[in-house]
Amino acid sequence: MSWRLTGALSALAMLGFAGTAAAEGELNIYNWGNYTNPDLIKKFEEAYKVKVTVTDYDSNSTALTKVKAGGHGFDIVVPSANYVPIFVQEGLLLESRPDQMANFKNVDAQWTDVPWDPGRHYTAPWQWGTTGVAVNTKVYSGDPNTSAIFMDPPAELVGKVNVVPEMNDVIGLAIMYVGGKPCTQDKDVLREVRDKLMAAKPKWQSMDYGMTEKMSNGDVMASVNWNGSTFRVRAKNPTVVYGYPKEGYVVWMDSVAVLKDAKNVENAKLFQNFIMDPENAALISAFARYANGIKGSEKYMPEDMKTAPEIVVPEQFKAAGTFLPTCPKEARDMYTAIWTELRK
Amino acid sequence: MADVAPPLRTTGRRFSVRRVPGFAAIAAVSFALLYAPIVTLVAYSFNAGDSIALWEGFSLRWFAAAWGNEMVQEATVRSLVVAACASALATAVATMAALGTTRTAPFPGALAIYALINQPLMVPEIVTAVALLIVFAMIKIATGYSGLGFLIVAHAGFCVPFAYLPIRARLEGMDLSYEIAAADLYATPWQTFRRITLPLMSPGIVAGSMLAFVISLDDVVITEFVKSAGQDTLPTYMLGQLRRAVTPEVNAISTALLAVTVLLLSAFFVLNRQRR
Amino acid sequence: MAMVPTPARSGEAAARAARVRRNWLLATPALALLLLAASGPLLVVFVYSVLAPAEYSGVVWKLSGEGWFKVVFHRDIFDETIGLADAHLTIFWRSASISLLTTAIALFLGFPTAYFIATRPPRQRTLWLFLVTIPFWTNLLIRTFAIMEVVRNQGILNSWLMAAGLIDEPIQILYTDTAVLIGMVYVYLPLMVLPLYAAMERLDFRLVEAAYDLYASRWRVLTRVIVPLVKPGIVAGSILVFIPSLGAYVTPRVLGGGKNMMISNLIELQFGEGRNWPLGAALSMTLLAFVMLALLFYVRNMSRIERRG
Repeated sequence: MSWRLTGALSALAMLGFAGTAAAEGELNIYNWGNYTNPDLIKKFEEAYKVKVTVTDYDSNSTALTKVKAGGHGFDIVVPSANYVPIFVQEGLLLESRPDQMANFKNVDAQWTDVPWDPGRHYTAPWQWGTTGVAVNTKVYSGDPNTSAIFMDPPAELVGKVNVVPEMNDVIGLAIMYVGGKPCTQDKDVLREVRDKLMAAKPKWQSMDYGMTEKMSNGDVMASVNWNGSTFRVRAKNPTVVYGYPKEGYVVWMDSVAVLKDAKNVENAKLFQNFIMDPENAALISAFARYANGIKGSEKYMPEDMKTAPEIVVPEQFKAAGTFLPTCPKEARDMYTAIWTELRK
Repeated sequence: MADVAPPLRTTGRRFSVRRVPGFAAIAAVSFALLYAPIVTLVAYSFNAGDSIALWEGFSLRWFAAAWGNEMVQEATVRSLVVAACASALATAVATMAALGTTRTAPFPGALAIYALINQPLMVPEIVTAVALLIVFAMIKIATGYSGLGFLIVAHAGFCVPFAYLPIRARLEGMDLSYEIAAADLYATPWQTFRRITLPLMSPGIVAGSMLAFVISLDDVVITEFVKSAGQDTLPTYMLGQLRRAVTPEVNAISTALLAVTVLLLSAFFVLNRQRR
Repeated sequence: MAMVPTPARSGEAAARAARVRRNWLLATPALALLLLAASGPLLVVFVYSVLAPAEYSGVVWKLSGEGWFKVVFHRDIFDETIGLADAHLTIFWRSASISLLTTAIALFLGFPTAYFIATRPPRQRTLWLFLVTIPFWTNLLIRTFAIMEVVRNQGILNSWLMAAGLIDEPIQILYTDTAVLIGMVYVYLPLMVLPLYAAMERLDFRLVEAAYDLYASRWRVLTRVIVPLVKPGIVAGSILVFIPSLGAYVTPRVLGGGKNMMISNLIELQFGEGRNWPLGAALSMTLLAFVMLALLFYVRNMSRIERRG
């Protein structure tokens, strides 16, 4: 090889070894897949002259494992409510005090002080929603408002149901289906949960993510799914409906937290403040179609979200919604064991 | 089966020793099966609609979209940088190793060296990926460095056998007479190497580095496990897209990659033919 | 104690020693790189397989047999009975059978194809080889994606079947074992054709002609003459397809829908939701062992073939 070529390649190598490119500022966000509005990112990049990267994860467990393993390079993570205490306990979050930031006054009263982050010392609200089932009525015209869709699939749906691999949502729905209470440690209830899930599994088609696209495309006919995702599916594929399981469905909130070993702490804090602004919160909601926790964002949100059944919970189902709390460790261990068994 | 002499053919097709009935048909089917999916994929990259199944007219918008997509641009650049560096490193290292292990009498440990160098060919990628995940995680925590270096070293590692084998093949085909002649003419070993051996070896080195480059560009599994925040290469970006939003943009990127592959391969074939 | 060597022999020995040293020196950078990026980490994996899993990620530095135990056995969560880990065994079985089927189908399709190319006039052969090589060099993801487009509910296969009136509803192929099998055959077919072609190119057709002169039927010629002569190619192609199939990751991931896992996906799970790094490490070692066994089988067969041939 000629020396010039070697020289050029060495220069390239130096570039590579320099690690992250030399920009004014950087921010590495680790968020759920298909959950971040590119317009929001662009607005942030322009406002603060920061280069933003967004990396996907598909479940809280994946995020936790990756962050705990270290050396990930992320600054921001967006865990669900019941995982926030776990992240805090493991020493993974920075106490960035969103409650002291300028835009905190915009946060809805019901979200300013929550049991899983008292006083909001760690997290700023991102979006909140429900977990239920999405069904394509072309194949099944019965009642979609039940967890039996995946726990005991009706004949038309056998081999056509997907279950998203989000442990807490699925186990939560399953526990409520057999009549138990969330965070139960009752071995009989849990045994029933385990047995029912294992019996239902052969009737499922897959345990995968990306239902927003897959149900729009018709690759999947029914699935455990989140309300906003189903709303987006219905926009593309009008025969799909969202069901609120009457046995009990999950209410969740995702929040933005700064990681303790973040390299760009200042930019991360700026981002937390940024999303508590009503206009920006509306941008977040407009993309993924979930409610956000910021007052005053309604006037910026798209019209169809004001009346959609996925966003505005119908009266008869309001009572069945349960906000999943963080369960004690013994309960969590048992759920993990059940889930691991199911997952194989 | 038949112990009777077959009837003499006086008309009809000439009996071909080489023809096995049905084989040509199966071969045709195989070729069709090999190309039908690719052709469809390329076709739909020109789809004017949003779907990868419903044809809605001809358009180049997905190529434009992919071209303008920042993440695609970054991923492509990153892929190229990693592939170039990894290929350079692997080829350099493999050249030296080839010089040390060919055209020489068997020496103790030669087999071990050979096995070690070709180990990536035998070990499943997932095992290497997992192993590197563990080791690099430890290094990342200890040193705080999380740049492209990890990817480059990982890629260089599994590219070494791909660079080594062509170089070795070329070396084995070279006889020593030129080098001996140079030594007779009072050339120093270094001069002999630089002006005789190296130029004679160069087709092997070029082939090896090209092979290493392509293999590195192609890698999915190891990169997926070893990468840090924002370090997507083109294949890992596509994997992410495949698991979710499959728009014809993925088709467009695939078509572009395919075009590059076909071009490179054609060049390779033409060059090889000329040599003969 | 050794006899004093004569000057001539000591010069030879010194030269040989110098040469060996030079060879080792030249090989050292390669060895160092591979020890760092390939072999060394494997040792770390082995060590991790005998440690205890940490809460969410990583290991606790304390010896434990849990990892290896969980590969084959399973302790029931509620009543602590120990049984076989059915799920794991199913996955091993699925991987082995899909790999074997893939090899068989690839052989069935690839043998005639390689034969066809080898019997073209020499000038045409390069073109045909080129046509086979393009899919071979195409990115694995692109190939898997291409199959996804063919087998999905709104893909080509279903659209044609419905247009031809053979079915009313799309057949669910995607996210089943069948889709994974189709994908694997598609991805690995070129790997079967190329070594087979290499062996067939060297086939001496005079032997075939001689067999016909001796009044052998076409079938006999095929099975008694051609196949044995190209056996090294068959074995090489089979190994080249079987071993990567065992360790396949992308194809089952994309086409299997997360439910039809093969060994690699099971390993990945342990480093994600499964949160059991030692088990993942133990499974990796198990996969490696299977592969080494297959390779050993290959090497022994090859030497037997070569000895007989």
